[in-house]
Parts: sequence; C-alpha cells; structure tokens
Amino acid sequence: MSMTILTVDDSRTMRDMLRLALVQAGFDVLQAEDGVHGLEVLDIERPDVIVTDINMPRMDGFGFIEGVRSDDRHRAIPILVLTTESDDDKKARARRAGATGWIVKPFDPVKLVDAIRRVAA
Amino acid sequence: MTDLNSASGPNRELVAFRIGAQEFCVDITAVREIRGWTKTTALPRAPAYVSGVVNLRGAVLPIVDLALRLGSVSTEPNERHVIIVTQIGTQIVGLLVDAVSDIITVTNSDVQPTPDVASEMVKSFVQGILAIDGRMISLIAMDHVLPELQLEAA
Amino acid sequence: MDPMEAIKITFFQECEEQLAELESGLLLMEAGEADGEVINAVFRAVHSIKGGAGAFGLDDLVRFAHVFETALDEVRTGRLAPDPQTVLKPMLRAADVLADLVRVARDGGTVDEARVLQIAEELKLASPVAAEAPGEDMSEIVFGFAPPPFLGDEPDGIAAMIGVPWAIHFKPKAELYANANEAGLILRELGHLGEIALTLDTTALPPLESMDPEGAYLAWDIVLTTERAESDIHDVFEFVDGDCELSIEAKIAGDRPSESADPTSVEPPLDVMALIRRVQGGAESAPEMPASPEVAPPVIVAQAAEPAAAKAPARAESAVSSAGGSTIRVDLDRVDRLIDLVGELVINQAMLSQRVMEAGIAGASAIGMGLDELEQLSREIQDSVMAIRAQPVKSVFQRMPRLAREVAAMTGKQVRLVTDGEGTEVDKTVIERLADPLTHMIRNAIDHGLETPADRIASGKHPEGVVRLSAGHRSGRIVIEISDDGAGINRAKVREIAIKKGLIAAETILSEEEIDNLIFLPGFSTAAEVSDISGRGVGMDVVKRSIQALGGRISISSRPGKGSTFVLSLPLTLAVLDGMVVSLGEQTMVVPLTSIVETLQPKAAAVHALGDSRVIAVRDTFVPLIDVGQILGYRAEMLKPGDGVVLLIEADGGARAALLVEAIQGQRQVVIKSLEANYRHVPGIAAATILGDGRVALILDVDAVVAVSRTGEPTSLEPQFQMMA
Repeated sequence: MSMTILTVDDSRTMRDMLRLALVQAGFDVLQAEDGVHGLEVLDIERPDVIVTDINMPRMDGFGFIEGVRSDDRHRAIPILVLTTESDDDKKARARRAGATGWIVKPFDPVKLVDAIRRVAA
Repeated sequence: MTDLNSASGPNRELVAFRIGAQEFCVDITAVREIRGWTKTTALPRAPAYVSGVVNLRGAVLPIVDLALRLGSVSTEPNERHVIIVTQIGTQIVGLLVDAVSDIITVTNSDVQPTPDVASEMVKSFVQGILAIDGRMISLIAMDHVLPELQLEAA
Repeated sequence: MDPMEAIKITFFQECEEQLAELESGLLLMEAGEADGEVINAVFRAVHSIKGGAGAFGLDDLVRFAHVFETALDEVRTGRLAPDPQTVLKPMLRAADVLADLVRVARDGGTVDEARVLQIAEELKLASPVAAEAPGEDMSEIVFGFAPPPFLGDEPDGIAAMIGVPWAIHFKPKAELYANANEAGLILRELGHLGEIALTLDTTALPPLESMDPEGAYLAWDIVLTTERAESDIHDVFEFVDGDCELSIEAKIAGDRPSESADPTSVEPPLDVMALIRRVQGGAESAPEMPASPEVAPPVIVAQAAEPAAAKAPARAESAVSSAGGSTIRVDLDRVDRLIDLVGELVINQAMLSQRVMEAGIAGASAIGMGLDELEQLSREIQDSVMAIRAQPVKSVFQRMPRLAREVAAMTGKQVRLVTDGEGTEVDKTVIERLADPLTHMIRNAIDHGLETPADRIASGKHPEGVVRLSAGHRSGRIVIEISDDGAGINRAKVREIAIKKGLIAAETILSEEEIDNLIFLPGFSTAAEVSDISGRGVGMDVVKRSIQALGGRISISSRPGKGSTFVLSLPLTLAVLDGMVVSLGEQTMVVPLTSIVETLQPKAAAVHALGDSRVIAVRDTFVPLIDVGQILGYRAEMLKPGDGVVLLIEADGGARAALLVEAIQGQRQVVIKSLEANYRHVPGIAAATILGDGRVALILDVDAVVAVSRTGEPTSLEPQFQMMA
C-alpha cells in the first residue's frame, strides 16, 4: 500500500525535486503551488502526509497549516515544513501554527523520506 | 570518426559520385539525402559555383556546382543531374554532381595521401585518394565547399 | 536525460523569472510604490534561488543569495527602512550580481569576484544584521542535512559502541497531538534505536465524564538500551520538543526502570508493538502498516471541533486567480517547429491553389470554394500559432526605470520615466532584440534630450524632466515611442557637427527634418563631446540599423524647447511579411509592402537622365530611378521604363526612390526563411521565402538597394547610408 504525499511549494524546481525523491521512494505524489492551491487539493484528496514550504505567494505555509488544522477532515494529517533556515524561530512558529515536523532545505532525499515515515502512521 | 586503436581503423562508408570523367566521394555520415535536380533561384553577385538556392522542405538550400567549385567546367544541369544534400558543420548544402556511382566501404588505412600535384583545387578540396577496382576516387574535404564567410563591415 | 539535469534546467528557467520579479519589485520599492506583497515577492525570489542553488551545490550562488536574503528579511520585517539611496541602490546592484552568478552557474565562465564581494559588503553595510551573517552560517545552509546537530553531546566513543541504557521520561502535551504527532509513532521510532522497556503512567487520567477529548493525560517512562548516541535519541523527539515533558538521562548501572515513578500507579511494562496497536485503536495488527486517513489518533477521536471558517475567503480568491490565467510552459523549439510546419502548410495550400488554377478548374466550382476556405483556415492557424510566440514588451520595458535612474545619477539630471502599453505583445525575438536599441535611446533621451535641472528652471520648466516610453499596436505593427520634454534637437549644432565630420558639405541646404535625420548617420555620434554614457562607441546609426534588421523603421520629430520624439515601427513577427511579388527577368522577387508607397506605370517621357543616373518625375518631384535587375547583377543592360513597372518606395529617413521591375505579380503574405542558416548574408537581400510554385524567392532589402544606387557602386551592396543634397 503506497502512501500519498501532498507537496505545497511555489518553486517548480523544488516541486520537481520533491516529486522525484518521493516517487523514487514509492510514494504517490500530489502537488500544489501555494497554500490556497493546497487547500483546494485537500478539498478532493486525502493525502497521508503533507510537505509544505513556508514562503509562498497568495497564502504562505503558516496560513496553509492553520487552514488544514482548522478543517476537521484534515487536522490529523501530519504536516512537514520545508525550511531553508535551521532557524529555531521559524520552527517554533511553524509548530505554533500546527506543523508536525520540519525538513531543512536543501533536503537530502533519504532524510525527507525518513521524516515522512517518522510522522506517518 | 577517427579511431586510432587499430592500425586500419574502423570501416567507413563513402558515397562516390561522378563529375565528368572524375570520381569523388564524401563520407556517408555527412550525406542527408540524394535528390534530383530542380531549378534554382539565382543569388545576386554570388560566386559562379553557387548555382542558387532551392526549397528543401521549407528550408533554403544553397546549391554548389561541384564541378565548377573543383575548377572544372560548369555543369549545364538538367533533370538527370543529382543533388547530394550534405551537412557541413551546422549548415546544409546541396552538391550538384553528374551522378552517384557507388557506396563503398573502406578503412582509414585505405585512404592514401593526396599526391603532390600543383592544382590549388586539389590542395584545397582533396583530403586523400582511394584506389577501388582500378578506379581512382578523391575523398573531398567538405569544409571549403562553401565560400568563406566574409566579415561584414558593420 | 538525468532527471536531476532536467530539474536543473527548470531551476535556471525559474531563476530567470525570479530575477525579473526581483528587479521589478525592487524598482517599485525604490519608487516607494511597493506594498507588503511586493516586498514578500522580492524576498521569495532570492529565497527560492538560494533554495534551488543549495540543492545543486551552487555554493557561490547560495552564499551571495544568503547575504542578500538576510538583508531583504530585515526590510521585510520592518527592521530596516527601504531607503532608496542607502538600501535599494545596493540591492539593485546586488540583483545584477545575483543574475551574473546565475548565468555563470548555468553557462560557465567567471564572475568578477571582487565585485561580488564588494556588493556583498554593500549589502552588509546597508543592513547591520546581514553583516552578522557569518561564514559558518553559510556552510550550515549548504550542508544543512549533513552533520548531526548534537555532535558535542555525544558520549565517549566506547560507550557509544556498546549498548547503554537510557532513562527517558516522556509526557506529551495536548499540543503534540494537535500538531498530528503521535506518541505511539515516537515510541515506535525509539524502538528502532534499540531495545526498549515501557511503563505507561496513567495517573493523570481523569474520569471519563471530565475527560477533554483533545487533552493529553498519558505519560511514559522508557528504558532504552542502545548503541546509538544521545543525539539520535534527541532526534526522535525533535519534532515534539516543547510539546512534551521530556528528560533523557544516561542510566547508571543497577538502576531499575520504574524507580522514579510512583510504584502504585504503574502498569506492568508493555511491549511497544502492543502499545502501538492500542494507540491505533486496535484495529490493525501490523504496526508498520500506515493507518488509513479515516482513523484519527485516539486522543481526538471523539469530537469534531467547530467548522473551519477561515477557508471560505481563501477559496473565493483562488477561484478568481485560477480563472484568470491558465498557462502551460512549452519548449520554444516546439513552438518554432509548429510555426515552421504551419508555414509549410500555407505554402502548400498556395501551391495547391496555383495548380488548381493552372488546371482551369477554379472559379465558382466546389473545388475553388473549398480552396478558399482552406486558405482562410490556414491563415487563421498561422495567426494563432504566431500569437503563441507573442509576449508583452514588459520584459524589456521593466529594465528601463533602473537605467533611467543610473543615467540620471551620472549626468546630474532629474528624470521621471513614464511607461505605457507594457502589455503590448510582439514576437519574442523582436522583444529580445529591442532591448539594446531601447536602452540606448533612453540613455540618449536623458543624456542629450533633457536639460540640467538648473537649465530647466531657467526656462520655466519643472526641474524634473519626463521621458515617456510607450508601446501600442497600429495597423498590424507595433509602434514604440520614446519622447522627452527636453530642449529638442539643437539643429544648428547638429548641422555644425555634420559639417565638421564631413558628413555634409558646408553649403548644403537641408530641411529641418533632414537635419534631424543627420543624427542617424554613421559617424555622427555626439557622445564623445558630451559624456561617455550614451556613447560606448554606439551611435544612433547602430540603433537605426538594429531596428531595420528587425524589419522596422525609426523616425524622429523634434520641437525646440519642447522635446524630441522617436517613433519605432516594427513588424509583430519576424516570421511572415506582406510582400509585393515582382518579376525581374527570370527571377521572382518579393518587395516588402511596408516600404512601398505606390506603384506606377511609367511613361518614357517621365524618365530623365541625370549624369549617369536616371530620375523619374512623380507628379512634381524627381525621384531616383533604380533598375533592380541591373543593380543586383541579374541583367547587364538597363530596362526601358516602358517595359517595366515602378514601385515608388520610401527608404530610410523618408527619402523616396523608384524601383523599376519588369512586372508585378501580386501581393502576398510570405513566410520569411533565413538565407544565413545554410548560406550567408547576401547584400541587397533581406531574406528568402518559398512561393506557391515551391520555388525559393528572394526578399529585397530595399534600403540596401537604395543606398547602393546612391553611391553608384553596384559592386558594393553592403548596407550603408549616405545623405547628400
């Protein structure tokens, strides 16, 4: 049984890299370009884990996480935040918004998959 | 192309063709296609050996009268003549010849150095000589077939 | 292709877009017109470049982007005021350096290291925090995933190698579950490190009726025996740090697991797998199997919270934006291939029509009507395909404000650049090749067109000059105007320079318009005398030539004291051209319709000899008569005027000439084919095309032919411009 991962990132480069790493690890991949788009995808899809960027147009990662957490259908989905900074402030803020964990960019595909397995039931 | 691992080198295929009484050849990898002659559109003030341009499936293909280019007399082309469409660097050029005579397989060691003759044409265009069944076939160096690009006073 | 290589290509494409966004955003900020979203977009642009660059190990790029990003973050968070001079000027320069670094990363080559360092320093000076961004910080970003974070805490080597017991107390808070972390998964992870013994502490569990379904009541005491380092244990709790009570202590030998807990309330140790099953609601027996999304973690199983209100507005906004511009990205080569094929289709259709006509089936027959429809359709397809290549001129226009500022700063002028019609679309290639001429003309407008603030005040003008750059479509062409409200062309001075440089004779009588057009002559450039800004060895002649190379024209009008206006008129595409098909002996040629004013049937009496040349009387004026067949060397003898047709054309600078050809075949839109692709540039010939009969026809370079006729040098067909009275 393969898990479905939703990635939310405005950078095509990053989306392509996430897709490559996740598909190679055997996951099904859904992709969204920003927070608003991510919520739209969640209207029709039920991913097992969400990986989201923070800095995005229209709706940033914090807003997206809050959106997911305030929706009963999705609030139990683990959310990993992609952050370039190993900055503790960012992590703390992501966690306050409801993030489950984080991945430091540039991500190592092994660590990415490892983090997903860690939070996915 | 040139493999120096063996003394003879790998097999090499050449397209041989006739211009008047002489036989020439070019590397088959440079040949894109062979087609019949069609009427050309003359280019103003072009060298005499540039017969003009024709339409090759939407691309403008210059035609070089190889006989004239090689210092022989001009070909008066008709439907029996043949255009060998060749790739020279990034450009595609049609060579007007009398007829394609053969496709021959040789190795690099079959190519003899060009005998030291006075002809400027030979020095510029003949890369080497092949002896096949008693015929002498000159291997053409394609680089000089088109006129050199003149720098424009911009 | 290696997938990473493909992604790298995407990355560089994206970099280009982000660099454009960065620059336009910075310019808005400089103008004080930026809102928070613009500043965020600017930050994101640099941030994304840095992120991608890190993934590809482009360390130079990462390093610079990081310094840049740090400075931008200061602005974004409001800690640093975006002062146009002290902050945004360095940032605009930094955007240039970033673009250079991207280019070098993509194409190879070298950057000016000193400049990179200097600009990085400027950024640091502008923002105190960026200055503190230390070198180590960079390496952490580049290799962020590599070293374990708690290296220093690692116990000594021997202890790490053999199994060591650790006592762990773990009490999740409600926040842990709210963030979709699960105690069971953490315990499972811990189980992967070594052998574990668990004690569940339920002392905090309230009676059912007072239990908050989203509360956290359980705690665990764990003894983990592992060879792994303490940092690995911390890593397991990385995501829940702060959302739980946690202590991790090396267990002294002999200590028993449950000693610290209250013995009365301790359940017997559970095996971890059983616990996980319990946590997952007991439904699944295989602990490694992912829970189906419907199975919520037990702590929140009971109750649904209030419905989400925040989503509604977001949804509405996204519906609007997704309806707005749905786009796909297509490789340009594919589009060009399609354009070529459609060109073929049009030619083929024309050939078919011609054959049908020759066969005498044409007219009102069904075949004829079908062919008409086919022609109509082919044209529509062609127009639609051409439109794919069209892009707004914005990409070029948006480079100009910055240029204007730089030139203004260097010349001490004050300038406001007003742009209009940025959305006007034109072929991508035209846009690319417009950048240099426009750059030059904007420079000129400020450097030569505008007066100094003092002079402007003296002549009753506002000290700040206005340079206007606008684009629009006019009768199937794009028209770009560059105007200034400066002093206008100083005709006396232009005339003086032209005489001094030997471009005109001292006694030449010229109209105002002709004087204005002198600035387009090669060798006229006044740059050397004024400053080095407009100069760089490039004059208006080069601008003119590059516009002509695009099939365009340039004209100037000027009013003393009011300013000057340059008007560029360019074809929308370089792929097709409206032409007049003419016969020159056996040859068929195409003359671009844009240069033709009218066609005449010349009377022999209207043609007069003037020296070696001939002129023709057109109404009241005499116009040079050019025998095209002769000048191109197709024919040695002159064509008798009565045997031909005259095309009255307007060449550079409005000068007229009469082209004599044998016959006119008709007007046709032709697909432009390059001669250079497989041959080389032919003087006097602009390009080639393929006509309905499948044969190649050459397209006449009208200006070159007119220029040659003026010099009387039929062998020299190099484009040149001579203007003699």
